Amino acid sequence: MAETMILIPGRTTKQGVGLLESKFKKQYRDATTTVEINVEDMARLGLKDGCKVKLRSANGVTTVKCTGRKTEDLPPGVLFIAYGPPTSKLMGTDTGASGMPLSKHLEVELESVN
Amino acid sequence: MGAATKAKSEANIKTVENATCTFCGCLCDDMVLTVDMDAKKITKAKNACVLGKALFLSHEEEDRPFALIDGKPATLKEGVEEAAQILANARFPMFYGMSDTTCEAQRQNVALVDMVGGTIDSTTSVCHGPTGMALQGVGESTATLGEIKNRADLVIYWGGNPAESLPRHFARYAVTAKGMYTPNRKKDRTIVNVDVRRTKSVPVADIFIQVKIGADFELLWALRALVKGRHVDPNIEKRTGVSLETMKDLVERMKNCRYGVLFFGMGLSMTRGRHFNSAAILSLASDLNEYTHFIATPMRGHGNVAGADIVVSWQTGYPFGVNFSRGYPKFNPGEFTATDMFARGDADAGLILASDPGSNFTQAAIDHMKKIPMIVLDPKLTHTAKLARVAFTTSHYGINTGGTAYRSDGVPIELRPCLDSKYPSDEEVIRAIYKRVEQLLKTRKKTKGANNKRRKAA
Amino acid sequence: MGSTLRIVNGRVYDPANDVDGKTRDICIKDGKIVKSVPPKTKCIDAKGMVVMPGGVDIHCHIAGAKANIARKLQPDDHRRDVHPRLDLKKVNTRSGTGGTVPSTFTTGYRYATMGYTTAMEAAVPPLLARHTLDEFEDTPVIDKGFYILMGNNVLLYQMLQEGRHEEIRNAVAWWLNATKSYTTKLVNPGGDEPWKGHRNATITQLNDKIDGYEQLTPRKIITSMVNTVEDLGLPHPVHIHCNNLGHSGNYKTTLETMKATGGRRIHITHIQFHSYGGKPNENPTSKAPQIAEYINNNSNITADVGQVMFGRSTSMTADAPLAWMLTRYSNDRRWVNADTECESGCGIIPFAYQEQVYTHALQWAIGLELFLLSKDPWRMVLSTDHPNGGTFTSYPRLIRTLMDREFRKQQMDSVNQKAVAKIKRGHHMEREYTLQEIAIVTRAGPARILGLKNKGHLGPGADADITIYDEHEDKELMFSAPRYVLKSGHLIIDNHEFRNNHEGKILHVAPGYDEGIKDVIRPFVEDFYTIKFDNYAVSDHYIPRHEVVPTAKQ
Repeated sequence: MAETMILIPGRTTKQGVGLLESKFKKQYRDATTTVEINVEDMARLGLKDGCKVKLRSANGVTTVKCTGRKTEDLPPGVLFIAYGPPTSKLMGTDTGASGMPLSKHLEVELESVN
Repeated sequence: MGAATKAKSEANIKTVENATCTFCGCLCDDMVLTVDMDAKKITKAKNACVLGKALFLSHEEEDRPFALIDGKPATLKEGVEEAAQILANARFPMFYGMSDTTCEAQRQNVALVDMVGGTIDSTTSVCHGPTGMALQGVGESTATLGEIKNRADLVIYWGGNPAESLPRHFARYAVTAKGMYTPNRKKDRTIVNVDVRRTKSVPVADIFIQVKIGADFELLWALRALVKGRHVDPNIEKRTGVSLETMKDLVERMKNCRYGVLFFGMGLSMTRGRHFNSAAILSLASDLNEYTHFIATPMRGHGNVAGADIVVSWQTGYPFGVNFSRGYPKFNPGEFTATDMFARGDADAGLILASDPGSNFTQAAIDHMKKIPMIVLDPKLTHTAKLARVAFTTSHYGINTGGTAYRSDGVPIELRPCLDSKYPSDEEVIRAIYKRVEQLLKTRKKTKGANNKRRKAA
Repeated sequence: MGSTLRIVNGRVYDPANDVDGKTRDICIKDGKIVKSVPPKTKCIDAKGMVVMPGGVDIHCHIAGAKANIARKLQPDDHRRDVHPRLDLKKVNTRSGTGGTVPSTFTTGYRYATMGYTTAMEAAVPPLLARHTLDEFEDTPVIDKGFYILMGNNVLLYQMLQEGRHEEIRNAVAWWLNATKSYTTKLVNPGGDEPWKGHRNATITQLNDKIDGYEQLTPRKIITSMVNTVEDLGLPHPVHIHCNNLGHSGNYKTTLETMKATGGRRIHITHIQFHSYGGKPNENPTSKAPQIAEYINNNSNITADVGQVMFGRSTSMTADAPLAWMLTRYSNDRRWVNADTECESGCGIIPFAYQEQVYTHALQWAIGLELFLLSKDPWRMVLSTDHPNGGTFTSYPRLIRTLMDREFRKQQMDSVNQKAVAKIKRGHHMEREYTLQEIAIVTRAGPARILGLKNKGHLGPGADADITIYDEHEDKELMFSAPRYVLKSGHLIIDNHEFRNNHEGKILHVAPGYDEGIKDVIRPFVEDFYTIKFDNYAVSDHYIPRHEVVPTAKQ
């Protein structure tokens, strides 16, 4: 069952270190294909750390692994992911005459792949 | 640079002091690099953070061709010829990037786009471009980071996570740094963090205010109202997730500090509200100057992204998203910004300097880049290089190439390279392309459009 | 290479060499003016034309961090005034935008097309000197230099507080070398500390104590810097923007500042903004007669006027409290404040001077009074404090206002009459500047005040920076469109057309100092700045074409 959530892409140290090594190696790929999700949401959706989930926005779809964060750290309904190729697939092209695509606060549907 | 460079002859090990790390906007200039000249490796990077260590210690000159044309190895000269032909024949070429290169290369790049009548944009537009637009509406009260280190007794981080993206921000500038009027470091400052989630930057804060996602503007506007002594409905908590009491406490702290700072991240500029969010936080700081000295300043990501804004501004009058089709600069975000130009399918050629939009632009933009002849300059193989018609391998700025970079607060720093490279610098390649394009345009009779032939199959 | 040129038949105005409108040949070889050239040399026939040295702007804000924020701030100002590139097949120039703060290339081209060949950027925080030099590299044609802000330097405060005068002299010399700058500038001396450190306060009296420094007053800062610069023998004395700029009643501060120097040389900049009577926070009156009289009688003082011109301007200044005050009088919501660690403040606001506004009309009239009451044009020279009082492109209009009494009268009649009524009538109001006097206040005078021996005149040895104007009744037209402009002997404007690009050079000083001073400055920079001391000084890469202007001791 799909559930609508808000995705926030951002920078992380792992992603930063990874891209210095190579964008085509494991560290960067892992860093940019892991989504953080609230543990309560995870439990409700029957997800465990490392489970694959599909994220779908109005613009595209991507599949990533998930990892849990406590409620005080990441509120329910909010997802966090490091910038990378998967987030490109989800962003919309309308920049509202600003040049900036909405790159945080992306509305996505999350669905377990298993 | 003589004094800073001590050569140890016995093992061909060199030490370069006061080198600058160009990874993030902190632009720390206190690196002490130990360089093994035979192995062409940096073996130690004293004072570097985790990102800086990764930058220096993983540096390796890969054995790649000087240029790739359609993925096949080519000489530099062949690459320059192909790139020049693409640009001389383009009707509406889009130049983008510039955040990870020297100002010298940026300046030459703007000269090239001016000559071919193209459009230029930097990574600013997908970073703090909206903040640049906000500046044009409301101004700003800003400061160099040293003034903040010396004086700030209230430091508010908003929508940014320097612990991960600017790792030495706290220690060098704003939290545990020791300054003239802040001799006791963190004890002399109150640190506040405002964010939608508990990031790794939150633990150093004395006060954490968790704002509801998408409600930054409302919170900022309520704070402005309170600063001006207006009534704010307690129901604001429902919208923002922050109680009126918490807001009032923060406002009192802001009005009563001696020197306050709002550092804000892309949590404001990239999200719903964009330049309105940035304008709200800039205005909040300006309003507070009725009571005390207050600063608001964006935290910027890449090493020399500030330089890109600065160079484009002094050469054209506008910070980013500038078009030269009419023979003079025009500015219009949304029209002349890169992600729009590519996603709409407007650009008929592209030149990407020191950036990788192929990994972070919208899918529609990436799809269009695949269809048109693209020119890429980068020390590393990138997603964009993989889809380019011509991809140049260039030397790494700050490691192989000297020049100027501007810190996010506008302080210019001269880089100290520590290793030679067999590859040319970005500036040298752009200059070579410029010279060839100039020849082509001066001698050409017919006008543009020949790129239709050169266009890749979709 | 022996490129030579001769200008013949022109009426030459070269006040430094006592040539006042005589027809003379000017000979040029390798970018310099020489006594003679071979008879068969290429000639420019300047019959019916006026020949003058290239213009020298002693005080403007054209390059660096502050100017660039002002550019970024005002897209509205650029879009109505574009500067297209020329046809590549004829001459490779760069495009740009104008307005009150033009882009760098446009700045260079527009100075050149107006016949100005040298300009001095008047306020640069030393820490940001690289930025100014970077922009200078992209400012074509003209030669240029800049003044470093030293009136609010925290290390110098500390030294002065402790009476370490010898160290101050060495530190100032080190700073001039480290930044490749031309002289020191004081802006609202002592005013930054209360602004930054004490909730945006300011100081109002020369004898006010500066917070945190018991022994320190603006007066001490001024006298210390005047003495230091004189001891170093810099070609240009301290360049002072006095305290209380723009405030009613400030003429007292200005007089006190001039008197505080004890007869030593000093240059008071944009003195119009410092010649107001009246009470603080009330409407100003004119004290131009008192200021002009003092300067007329004291040959150690030089000044530039800082004329206000009606229309758009950008107020941009190291005097941050002033910009804050101006927000009260501006309809534009944009305000910029920018602090530079340990060195300076900065304020920027878009502004417009309007004929019908009492204060603006009075400011305009006070500037004219100062010009008309000045008995020595060598010591009261032309500026608009570009772009604060008006842009440099308004100089031709200002020149006409000085040369043409009817034109001046017409304007007087159309501005706020209450303001005009405050101006003293007298025969000076009938004065018309002569071409020779214009040549003094726009070229020879500024060059002499700056100590630029190769500028502002047409004698042998001078740089071949030459402007040739068509004679014209309408002096605004005449001075806005010279027929020929030569820069270092290169013909830039040829028969009104921009023909050749040229890169000017950086003019800077390099006074000697005791190397030991670095051991004093180093720990301070390491502790209270955010870059390493060894990364502070600007390397020679930033000045590929430059000229060291010698000090009196060199």
